[in-house]
Amino acid sequence: MDAIVLQILNGLDKGSAYALIALGLTLIFGTLGVVNFAHGALFMLGAFVAVTIRSLLTLEMVALSETETTAWGTPLEVRTPYVEAWFGDFGATLINWSVPVSILIAIPFMLMVGLIMERGLIKHFYKRPHADQILVTFGLAIVLQEIIKAWFGANPIPQPAPDALRGMVDLGAALGQQAGNIVYPLWRFVYFGFAIAVIGAVFAFLQFTTFGMVVRAGMADRETVGILGIDIDRRFTWMFGLAAVVAGVAGVMYTPILSPDYHLGMDFLVLSFVVVVVGGMGSLPGAVAAGFMLGILQSFASMNEVKAIFPGIDQIIIYLVAVIVLLIRPRGLMGHKGVMET
Amino acid sequence: MSKLIMNRRGLLRSSAILGAGLATPTIFTGRAWSQSYTNEPTGDTVTLGFNVPQTGAYADEGADELRAYQLAVEHLNGEGDGGMLNTFSSRALEGAGINGKKVAYVTGDTQTKSDAARASATRMIERDGAIMITGGSSSGVAVAVQSLCQEMGVIFMAGLTHSNDTTGKDKKANGFRHFFNAYMSAAALAPVLKEEYGTDRKAYHLTADYTWGWTQEESIAAATEALGWETTAKVRTPLGAGDFSQYLTPVLNSGADVLILNHYGRDMVNSLTQAVQFGLKNKQVNGKNFEIVVPLYSELMAQGAGEAVKGILGSANWDWKLTDEGTQALTRSFGAKYGFPPSQAAHTCYVQTLLYADAAQRAGSFNPCAIAEALEGFDFDGLGNGPTLYRAADHQCFKDVLVVRGKENPENQYDLLEVVQIVPSAQVTYEPDNPMFAGGDLGTCNPGA
Repeated sequence: MDAIVLQILNGLDKGSAYALIALGLTLIFGTLGVVNFAHGALFMLGAFVAVTIRSLLTLEMVALSETETTAWGTPLEVRTPYVEAWFGDFGATLINWSVPVSILIAIPFMLMVGLIMERGLIKHFYKRPHADQILVTFGLAIVLQEIIKAWFGANPIPQPAPDALRGMVDLGAALGQQAGNIVYPLWRFVYFGFAIAVIGAVFAFLQFTTFGMVVRAGMADRETVGILGIDIDRRFTWMFGLAAVVAGVAGVMYTPILSPDYHLGMDFLVLSFVVVVVGGMGSLPGAVAAGFMLGILQSFASMNEVKAIFPGIDQIIIYLVAVIVLLIRPRGLMGHKGVMET
Repeated sequence: MSKLIMNRRGLLRSSAILGAGLATPTIFTGRAWSQSYTNEPTGDTVTLGFNVPQTGAYADEGADELRAYQLAVEHLNGEGDGGMLNTFSSRALEGAGINGKKVAYVTGDTQTKSDAARASATRMIERDGAIMITGGSSSGVAVAVQSLCQEMGVIFMAGLTHSNDTTGKDKKANGFRHFFNAYMSAAALAPVLKEEYGTDRKAYHLTADYTWGWTQEESIAAATEALGWETTAKVRTPLGAGDFSQYLTPVLNSGADVLILNHYGRDMVNSLTQAVQFGLKNKQVNGKNFEIVVPLYSELMAQGAGEAVKGILGSANWDWKLTDEGTQALTRSFGAKYGFPPSQAAHTCYVQTLLYADAAQRAGSFNPCAIAEALEGFDFDGLGNGPTLYRAADHQCFKDVLVVRGKENPENQYDLLEVVQIVPSAQVTYEPDNPMFAGGDLGTCNPGA
């Protein structure tokens, strides 16, 4: 029982990241018809916004010690963060909460990155085949990750969660088990809650605002909306920006779970594409549902009991499900009729 | 009186014979025929090939290796303060190059991929005339490049490679390893684990699913089982898994009270950080504190794992904070040039370069077989690890091994590990026919050409 609950929690947590990335991917495909292989890089860029903000907050004043020296004979450096020196306890709190604080910067930054990406590059490939779009966006992803590596190095850079959100949650007693039997990191619950909030906000935006209504109409019939005199291309550009923001904030909040490095985006990209394909290209609810479903399946497949029967299943389960879904229902679980079926 | 009659056929035959006769001296003095071994240096320089990861996940470690190589070349050519040349027990090198030739170098990018590493090594040997190849941060790459160097007839001085296989089943006569191995890590750690955690323990292994992980798991499991520890589970994790949560949650209620992370690099950073996030460091199981062990540590990875390394035991080949003369000489040289201390990867690469140069100098030749002979059974000291032997039977160095622990209160970002014990060489030495190293054949030295 405890093992099952823990794997469900793992799956929800993993699925949160898959769903957030897949949501942006399918949003771009549904509006602009572009297969964006640089979407994982946007997740990675978001994570490095958190790294940058923490680096800035922990910029230090360096004073050379007059009495102590290093092992190689130079004076020892005594370091104090500027923020702490200037603002005292408030500065220390700011550093402690650097990850949530980074979201405030990540939103405008990622919006700007998304808009520049769409206007500067992607729009030139709307009428080109999907293969061209994949090549150019994949190339962009490689360029972005190499820039990050050149700037930040190849090693992962740890980003701690705030002290108040670092502990463990004990679900044992609440679920009728022995206390301490089902414990799970608090930050991972925070991430799950954050993902639900972001997904809910995106759906609400599309469902309950005029802007969202026009976008949904454009997704259903772009030409007719255009004939009505609405500049749908401009709205779709903003949707690209929104998708970049969703990927970026997902990346920011993921940094305490997985120390970011330049390869972070590529790790998630392929899995997220599989999630989109399983959920149905262009289907927002499909992407979310498939994200959580595949996250949970992947977690269960990693259980020792399962691997004892099917060795190596944890590494192929997602692709296996994708193959089965594509064979039985090429449009994906919740995909629109005709999409990816010809 | 005979008449010289020259017809067309005769003219052609005569020309051919004359041409061959005139060309004969050039053929036999040309590079291909005159060389008795691959890339025999003919000018006033000798070229070494530094094959390190310059891109990919281990690029930072590769950059540190390259810094160490450049420093070694400076010292060999008589520039800088001489570093470990001043403390090396062999006095053959005098800072005047090797065998009177100035040392030059070329670099290659292994990308931590076997095929890319073999391609760059091939390029350095065939195009750049490298006489020796050295470097790397992965056992898979080391095994692949070592095999290539054996085929091409050059010496391979391995960089950071920790798998038993490098000098076990995949050992080669042209290959030499200074770095320690998985067996040595386990042999050094076991007594400390017994002292710190007792003999009644249940260990759960998470292991990177490739050659190094397998041999590390085999070695540490054998060593801990010999202490009386029970192995609860051995779980293989895919290389680069990223999020290890699905592998860590089964540990929570498995009954195990020790988690052994047979991971390196990015996997180690992620699995250790996440294990701490899952509360394993503060957990109580079977009435004991839950413990985490990382058999192979690296300073660069410790920086990546941040606070998670505090109190975690592991092993290392070398540490810049050692107090012997050799270590201090290298740390001073490296620190003065680059502003920070060398990593253990940098140390092993620097030492390998010096050892190669010294062997060539003592042999009075760059012939790989003469150098191999000079290295085999070579006893030396002053290079940071105490008295060391390059064993002839498998080309593995035998020296002291460090048991280290993540420091609770580091003074700076380079002070993350503290040396718990220096385990003497005798305690980590094994017979060449040890089953964990069985199955390979050193073969005979190949001079190539």
